[in-house]
Amino acid sequence: MTKLALAQRHGLSAREFQTICELLGREPNELELGLFSLNWSEHCSYKSSKRFLKLLPTTGKRVLQGPGENAGVLELENNWCVVFKVESHNHPSAVEPFNGAATGVGGIIRDILSMGARPIALLDSLRFGDLSPFPFPKGKGSSPPSLGEGLGERSQRLLEGVVAGIAHYGNCIGIPTVGGDICFEEAYTDNCLVNTMCVGLLKKSELKRAVAQGVGNRILLVGARTGRDGIHGATFASEDLLGETEEKRPNVQVGDPFTGKLLIEATLEACQLSELIGLQDLGAGGLSTAPPEMAARGEVGMAIDIEEIPLRAEKMTPYEILLSESQERMVLCVKDGSEQKFLKIYRKWGLEADVIGEVIRERVYRIRHEGRTIAEVPVRALVEGVPEPRAEAPGSEDLSPLKGAEGACLSTLLPAQPVTSVTGWREALKKLLHSPTIGSKRWVYEQYDHTVQTNTVIGPGAHDAALLRVKGERFALAVTMGGNGRYCFLDPYEGGIRAVCEAVHNLLSVGAEPIGITDCLNFANPTDPEVLWSLDQTVRGMAQAAQAFELPFVSGNVSLYNQSERRKIYPTPIVGMIGLLTDIVHRVPMGFQREGDLLYLIGKLSGKSGGSEYLKVFYNVIGGELEPTDLELERRLLRVMLLLGGANGRSPLLRSAHDISEGGLLVALAEKGFARGLGAKLELDDLSEEEGLFGEWPSRFIVTIPPENKSAFQEILNSLDVPYRFLGTVSGRQLELNGQEISVEELRNAYESALNL
Amino acid sequence: MHAAVVVFPGSNCDLDAYYVLKDLLGIETTLLWYRERDLSEYDLILLPGGFAYGDYLRAGAIARFAPVVQALPEYIEKQRGLVLGICNGFQVLTEAGLLPGALAPNINRRFICKSVKLRVENAYTPFTQLCREGELLELPIAHGEGRYIASEETIERLKRNRQILFRYYEENPNGSLESIAGIMDETGTVFGMMPHPERNCERLLGLGEGLKIFQALAQALTPGPSPVITHGRGVAQAG
Repeated sequence: MTKLALAQRHGLSAREFQTICELLGREPNELELGLFSLNWSEHCSYKSSKRFLKLLPTTGKRVLQGPGENAGVLELENNWCVVFKVESHNHPSAVEPFNGAATGVGGIIRDILSMGARPIALLDSLRFGDLSPFPFPKGKGSSPPSLGEGLGERSQRLLEGVVAGIAHYGNCIGIPTVGGDICFEEAYTDNCLVNTMCVGLLKKSELKRAVAQGVGNRILLVGARTGRDGIHGATFASEDLLGETEEKRPNVQVGDPFTGKLLIEATLEACQLSELIGLQDLGAGGLSTAPPEMAARGEVGMAIDIEEIPLRAEKMTPYEILLSESQERMVLCVKDGSEQKFLKIYRKWGLEADVIGEVIRERVYRIRHEGRTIAEVPVRALVEGVPEPRAEAPGSEDLSPLKGAEGACLSTLLPAQPVTSVTGWREALKKLLHSPTIGSKRWVYEQYDHTVQTNTVIGPGAHDAALLRVKGERFALAVTMGGNGRYCFLDPYEGGIRAVCEAVHNLLSVGAEPIGITDCLNFANPTDPEVLWSLDQTVRGMAQAAQAFELPFVSGNVSLYNQSERRKIYPTPIVGMIGLLTDIVHRVPMGFQREGDLLYLIGKLSGKSGGSEYLKVFYNVIGGELEPTDLELERRLLRVMLLLGGANGRSPLLRSAHDISEGGLLVALAEKGFARGLGAKLELDDLSEEEGLFGEWPSRFIVTIPPENKSAFQEILNSLDVPYRFLGTVSGRQLELNGQEISVEELRNAYESALNL
Repeated sequence: MHAAVVVFPGSNCDLDAYYVLKDLLGIETTLLWYRERDLSEYDLILLPGGFAYGDYLRAGAIARFAPVVQALPEYIEKQRGLVLGICNGFQVLTEAGLLPGALAPNINRRFICKSVKLRVENAYTPFTQLCREGELLELPIAHGEGRYIASEETIERLKRNRQILFRYYEENPNGSLESIAGIMDETGTVFGMMPHPERNCERLLGLGEGLKIFQALAQALTPGPSPVITHGRGVAQAG
């Protein structure tokens, strides 16, 4: 086989092979090709996406570490910092849901650990194909049409496997899983999405970097032994999922949360030693990518002695050792002479720890085998040398027919027959609450330990965002994660804006101020012009919204090639966001608290139903025009919610708050009733059309206030020119509208049985 | 009083228990590495929740051989102090034969994390003396193997000797026999429970009912009046 053919088998293009030969001044050997193929894979190099990522704002007064490290860091208060990042494990989870999801959790935890922080929370955004419908309790209500071909069963199997994998790793390792979101759409049938976010906490002085520095300093490999699992995992994650995915199973790594837990404790102990220069997780690409990345940051080179690496399989070749993605391993750079101190800590915890190399002056990554150099590549060539693919994102005018069902708002769709008969708002509401995307995710989150570490003040299922206290401090952290792919499918620019706004709203509902973003861009094959266009548009929308709120993106991940021969996923940006609540006493609950409280809608008071769950459930339509978000209104809404929620150290004027998202106004109202079983008398005759009750236009909150706060409440809204309207009064155990009522209990039963595996 | 919270490789509720004892109740507390054998210093040995040794074989099956667990029989025999096993700690105590019965996988075969109601069945023990009999406590559970099982004869003995301290109330989340959530040994010095009292010791995290168990232990082990809550967010004043 020629070298070029070999390069192509490694997933490198002819142009890339040419560039490698130019950079080296010679043809690479097979091991060097392996190094390039992983470092230059889409997964590790972001070659197709980095020009879009440049559009995102990354600076701000709290930013201590933006993109480029293992995770982003924001400064909080009293020298506390929060470290956070989201990462995808989509391809492995589609092939082997349990281990794919479990190792995804393990990997992101070690990214946080690499910054020197103790991981304090996990969140997961999951996307699956539509499920076969679950029956209503007591067999009420007619069933939506069958999905056929056993696709619902396939999606259910993936859901069960992924949730079990996340639970297996997260529960054992002792980090609470406190939030996230789950949606079900046909587009994710072949390629489910598993995005995991980890949040860590540390003092500013404890911050570490993934850097190697100081010629002669030692390189340590710690944690688990190196085996043959996951060889070429990153290359696998940079291709479409084609054909028999069973064949890809050897590309999926196997996670061991017990070793992962030991690695956390040992590493946090090692971080206390001043001789630690830097550390990094061995994630995608293993020893072929992490050491050169550390060397690049430190502007040095690195030499590795391959025979020093402890192995779990016999007769592994240097190629296999370097390309292995065995989990639970980290690389440390420590001062020469201090290595024994570090080895002792890791061995105390029963882990492997060995000196495998050293920092060298020449800026090359040199692999030695028994004293002989078997590969040597300039560090910069590996880390930064990849040429950008030439494909241009087409302008939107070339692609307008692709922008979903143009102009299909509900009024133009109405002549179409509903696929399910709607017999008034009560049945419609019940059915929507019972849809797996909107309904309760209790079946999922009760399998996750969400109370370990005893900091979870608001946990999963209880509010728009989770809230974590920091022991001994007044302030608290709010965390949220999610993103609506359907909106981006219909209008990627508007969808990108909404993904950011939705996360902002979730934090504001709790009373917290948003301070920073991490994101994961999940898209299909970027060589497809439509996909590239949607990526460009989505990122532009996200950037626009983040600029409006002055929010920095401090870390992130891109997952491309999420498609099969049959289906492309929707463009799916997942936004993870951190909020700061100055005083935990001022947190705002989601649900109705007391009868007699006044109920208000604030923000944008009317709009269209495009992209709504209602259209999907009742008309089988994924379509409609998205109402553009008014970012000026959003900025005012943010200030209003902060003032109402108790910023400036005053008690909140609000008794409860909830943002309106999937399902629209009535779904949000029903959800507010579940916490205490309280209902409301609603006065919204003018909003009682389908569009008004179930439309999903942006920029809205439902809040309740005690009657005595009414004038102060109105004053704040008027002064910032944010529209609002009275919706009714909290009362009884029924939701009452237009002279019809339904009990909160009945609604809750529909909601709770939506996902009942 | 001096308490020890045992740290096995894989313990993950050790710091939570330490926080309650040390920071909320102001008790002198040591994190005790699993290789220690000398327990003579300590009035309370707390085996915390987690996944000791990964629990890959069976929860607690390997931890029972840890030096610290091997030292427990002598500690108990000498009546040196009290032993409390929470969740994985309870599993370790049954595996080590220090408490009767066993903890099998939950009846639904899945991990369950939720808040459950417990009924106090016996309030005349060092662990429950600050509760009333029949009182309901709400505490979180978080386990995959929490279904208490034992022979009919053992169950009868537990009932006869009033060794059942807590039962799940209304809902039996994991299928435990007799809805058993917590028991003690015949000497009344070793206690195990699946729910996590340390996760509900402050008003911020619930009603704070779990603190009663730790306060009761402190009272039993400290001569004189019960200890004062030293931390600003204890049960008394929580926000």
